[in-house]
Amino acid sequence: MTPGSVAIVGAAESTEMGKVPHLSQLSLHADAALNALDDCGLTLADVDGLATAGQDAADVVQHLGLHPTWVDGTSVGGCSFMVHVRHAVAALEAGLCTTALITHGESGRSQVGRLMRAIFPSANQMNFEAPYGVTLPPSRFTLPVLRMMKETGLTLEQLATVAVVQREWAAFHPRASFRDPITVDDVLSSKMIADPFRLLMCCLVTDAGGALVLTKADRARDFPTRPVYVRGAGESAETAMVSQMEDFTSSRAFRVSGKLAFESAGITHADVDHLMIYDAFAHLPIYGLEDLGFVGRGEGGPFIAEGHTRPGGRLPLNTNGGGLSYQHSGMYGMFALQESVRQMRGVSPAQVPGAKISVAHGVGGMFHAAGTVVLTNEAQL
Amino acid sequence: MADRALPTITPETTHFWDGAKAGELRLQRCTPHGHVYFPPRFFCPRCGSRDIAVIKASGRAKLHSYIINHMKAPGFTPPFVVAVVELEEGVKMMANILGVEPSHDALELDMPLEVTFEALSDEISLPQWRPAQGAGE
Ligand SMILES: [Zn+2]
Repeated sequence: MTPGSVAIVGAAESTEMGKVPHLSQLSLHADAALNALDDCGLTLADVDGLATAGQDAADVVQHLGLHPTWVDGTSVGGCSFMVHVRHAVAALEAGLCTTALITHGESGRSQVGRLMRAIFPSANQMNFEAPYGVTLPPSRFTLPVLRMMKETGLTLEQLATVAVVQREWAAFHPRASFRDPITVDDVLSSKMIADPFRLLMCCLVTDAGGALVLTKADRARDFPTRPVYVRGAGESAETAMVSQMEDFTSSRAFRVSGKLAFESAGITHADVDHLMIYDAFAHLPIYGLEDLGFVGRGEGGPFIAEGHTRPGGRLPLNTNGGGLSYQHSGMYGMFALQESVRQMRGVSPAQVPGAKISVAHGVGGMFHAAGTVVLTNEAQL
Repeated sequence: MADRALPTITPETTHFWDGAKAGELRLQRCTPHGHVYFPPRFFCPRCGSRDIAVIKASGRAKLHSYIINHMKAPGFTPPFVVAVVELEEGVKMMANILGVEPSHDALELDMPLEVTFEALSDEISLPQWRPAQGAGE
């Protein structure tokens, strides 16, 4: 990809988030899509490309009345939307469409019109993991952590600090689900879920939608919004079975995706002003910091505990409060991207002053895939 | 309470479940390089060779990582241990560690384990793991 060849010109979340029992899942897609188009002054008739996940792409096409010439139904979990951004850049560069819409909607909490996205998307999971009593993500995503703690010295207090620091960021956001301050003790005395994981180390479950509109950079100045250019991106996948990760202390998909993103963007870690790391659970920002190369092995926990990712710290991380405090519909990647776009537009309620480069990194499934996007507000072409 | 999840036997996994029923843990190994792999498939995922053989595993493993699950699961009474074990042959498998209390005091990473089988139906005996007898002596 050519850095900055494509820009995000429209971005919006659903009108309501959290508990939205009066909208079905498909309506959350539509509400967010219409909001994102309003954001950039376009209409559904302008859209000729559509990508979505967790919902059949043709279902969304028909519901919105689109006539696309590019359709992408890549569904590799909650990072699918980062992957869609990368695919949309390729499609727009290749002329497969001119205006690409990426939608997400999920009735994760109210379960209204929710498609039964399989708890176990793989037959191997059904045969070789499910019989051992694993069900919801807290019983699987968490499995590598004790090994991580033994190998790298990561502590429970450091894990708890992830949730504490992100709550500090959430306090800035009127749309965050939880905004009251919490302490390490609060986290470590909350309800036990999957020992060593307690409730406040696990993500929320909410109803929410989000959408992005992308087009070639040469059109991007025609819109009312400040263009946010896609400077680089990466993607990878490793395994649908968490038990089969090659290394419990590091995600191969994270490493491959992150390296591609940084290389394609032509940036170093020192260039990054703002960072989002999909935090379905408190350990993911630690894996992300290490696997993306912001810190060395074993340094992720101490880095957060020392306050570097807090408000005022040198690497603002998950400035919306993340999946732990902001929103988490089930596929959170869209909301990490939304906050990166807000930061690059300079309109986040937790704005990082002067931020020019934002990285949004997503995970899919239980460490099964990854997508990384580098955004900038500076024109590259 | 809903029934415990049961594996479905497919042509690619028949050897595995037949072995488990007979009290034997079976893995697959490619002939060209001796790569041992899991879960079962008709080729080696490391080299792509279809020239593979079924082997009997030693039944020895170490506790690689685990959680103590406090959430409900069909057929289980919380809290219970969900673990990943690393076999002597180098592959990992999900497991419940049987014969120990679900507590961090009773479970230590890298503790030696030995295979045992939990009969779930006439067809399915599930490979499980328990502390190796005489471990630490
Ligand atoms: Zn081989």
